[in-house]
Amino acid sequence: MADNAREARPAGNSRRRFLKGCAAAGGVAAVAATGQRAEARETLQRPPEALGLLYDATLCVGCKACVAACKQANENPAEFSTVDKLWDTPLDTSGYTFNLIKMYRNGTMQTKDAEENGYAFMKTSCMHCADPSCVSACPVSAMTKNPQTGVVEYNADACIGCRYCVAACPFGIPKYQYDSPTGKIGKCELCRHRTKDGHYSACAEVCPTGATLYGRTEDLLAEAKRRLALKPGSVATFPRGKLGGADQSYEAYVGNYKQHVYGETEYGGTQVLKLSGVDFEKVGMPNLPPEAAAAHSETIQHTLYGGMLMPLAVLGALTFVAKRNVHHDDDEGGADDKTGAARKGEE
Amino acid sequence: MSRQNSSAAPVQHGAPAPVGGSLTNAATLVSGVLVAVMAAILIVRFVFGLGAVTNLNDGYPWGIWVVVDVVIGSAFACGGFSVAMLVYIFNKGEYHPLVRPALLASLFGYTLAGVGVIFDLGRWWNFWHIFWPGYANPNSVMFEVALCISAYIVVMWLEFSPTFFEKFGMAGAKKKLNKVLFFLVALGTVLPMMHQSSLGTLLVVMGVQINPLWQTQLLPLLFLLTAISIGYGVVLFESCVAASAYRRSIETHLLQPLARVMLGFLAFYLVVRFGDLVWRGALGEAFKPTVVALAFWIENALFVAPFLIVGSAGARRNPARLFLAGVALMLGGVFLRLNGFLIGYDTGPGWNYFPSVPELLVTIGMFAIEVLGYIIITRRFPVLPREVQPSRA
Ligand code: SF4
Ligand code: SF4
Ligand code: SF4
Repeated sequence: MADNAREARPAGNSRRRFLKGCAAAGGVAAVAATGQRAEARETLQRPPEALGLLYDATLCVGCKACVAACKQANENPAEFSTVDKLWDTPLDTSGYTFNLIKMYRNGTMQTKDAEENGYAFMKTSCMHCADPSCVSACPVSAMTKNPQTGVVEYNADACIGCRYCVAACPFGIPKYQYDSPTGKIGKCELCRHRTKDGHYSACAEVCPTGATLYGRTEDLLAEAKRRLALKPGSVATFPRGKLGGADQSYEAYVGNYKQHVYGETEYGGTQVLKLSGVDFEKVGMPNLPPEAAAAHSETIQHTLYGGMLMPLAVLGALTFVAKRNVHHDDDEGGADDKTGAARKGEE
Repeated sequence: MSRQNSSAAPVQHGAPAPVGGSLTNAATLVSGVLVAVMAAILIVRFVFGLGAVTNLNDGYPWGIWVVVDVVIGSAFACGGFSVAMLVYIFNKGEYHPLVRPALLASLFGYTLAGVGVIFDLGRWWNFWHIFWPGYANPNSVMFEVALCISAYIVVMWLEFSPTFFEKFGMAGAKKKLNKVLFFLVALGTVLPMMHQSSLGTLLVVMGVQINPLWQTQLLPLLFLLTAISIGYGVVLFESCVAASAYRRSIETHLLQPLARVMLGFLAFYLVVRFGDLVWRGALGEAFKPTVVALAFWIENALFVAPFLIVGSAGARRNPARLFLAGVALMLGGVFLRLNGFLIGYDTGPGWNYFPSVPELLVTIGMFAIEVLGYIIITRRFPVLPREVQPSRA
């Protein structure tokens, strides 16, 4: 190479620079380690006026009126799984089915809400998480959490279709329309488009037993706790439709509840709450810790990139080191060109 | 450009020069056909949607186009960054002849990964939203990955541009660029550090869906360390392949110490990896009789293998062993990423995914573009170090 002259450089010089490089790298690691504690991002909580649903599996009769109402409210097409294609029979939520009642079966399926030899229902739709993984994941703010109502909203016009939200959601809720060249994400938005003319969640509006109940999450949580305190088998009053709305309450037997309001604390809490007679994991509701995955993820992001301080510090250090190590090329450029040309000539 | 430090091996390499030779041969023809097949499949994909050609589903919304083409592809493309870091940051000037070929492979790997993302985006025409302040979500790991990868692709083209300037005799432009090269080098080191680590962080928000063998807050560090060591592995691999394909001598005197650096990174990685597993109490998962556990052991066996293959100084003098060590490391990186993103990812019962044939053909087509580009550029542009007859040295 052109700089053979530099071979004469004393060894100490290079070693010193090598050490400098190591020191810079060490500094980077130190910043990373100390930054960790400073900026941990706590799990977010529900906003005070959060809206949601309370689904009580012991009241659900599996009529699927809510599934049909949801289809209608969101103008979604029917999906078929039977040969005759007579009815809308989706097997899971999808880009065109935002709400589904799934069934738990065991043994003889004799008793409702019994784990052994029983059966039970479970609603599948967006939980409207307090600290939603989908919102944290979405790179283009197509998934957002309404600061007042806490409803997790989707904006197809912003969405790039990366499906990170699909991968991130612990409940498997956002679904993509793979059959379309312009596919969108489909998910429950708590019927936010129906509220301007006084309506609320279609699934709760049509539910004949009040198994799906709409309202402020705080009120729904109190209602859930009231039910857990009731004596199983006794008769009690249950509201229907909208909690705090027109009185549509009726009397029914109290179910044999698991003493757990699902969604009270999972991943920081959800705005859709659930009660069940069967263990929640058995009916497909995952066991989630109180800290949200979004908080873990954003803690890492903010630690490393908060204010871009770390990357800039590292960049500064590396620029300094590189400036000393990248020598040349003023003197070499010509030489390089010549050797290049000469080489070509040889061939 | 290389600076020979006094302790370095005797100079046996010249300035970068084109290899020359014909551009039509078996390798380029096969690659050309594969690229054409890929193009046909992509037309179907864009006209009829992702479902028409892929096996993607809502349980596995990310398939090989994301995991192989982007996550693994970009890790394989870390040779440029790993070697540049060694040369310019740790001031190991003797590795300089490796910079250009490694940078070229990186350039291709990353540029294609960037383009490949578009194939996978369901609403690709909105892609620019990621860079638009009103839309961009800085909390999103993917936002950071996308931004850094895009910036890095630009930086790499600039870093590589002296090659083109030389070819077209633009000495002035080259001189100007060289004035700021140190800054490009620094940027070209920070950016891949940022996004290679973040490619690991991508998994964190998926929470309990990722098996505890891979779900850890240390994911960014694990992905960064493996990306760097894979980078060295790729250089070993690529140097050996280029040497045999172009019948050039192997730069053993460079690859040998490089392999040692690689083992250093690898040892540190393994300590962090297993220390983390033990500390979190997750190692028990590895002893369950599951496919996932098996995949975990394959992954780590591949990361340990280089110590057995090129652990001793004598073994490192053997080009075949250097090649094998490079391959083992690359495969280890493949497994870590496949395991984290697909095999150790569980969205619940009833979901499964295996890539469809058209999906595989697109991934293969992307690889073919890389081979094709590499051949064309090394044959026509000054990239590989000029062969110097031993008698002249
Ligand atoms: S349930 Fe899923 S889609 Fe709904 S808010 Fe939570 S993370 Fe988002
Ligand atoms: S698919 Fe759309 S909504 Fe989901 S994360 Fe990507 S851009 Fe956001
Ligand atoms: S709130 Fe509306 S969109 Fe959501 S499940 Fe009920 S009916 Fe469907």
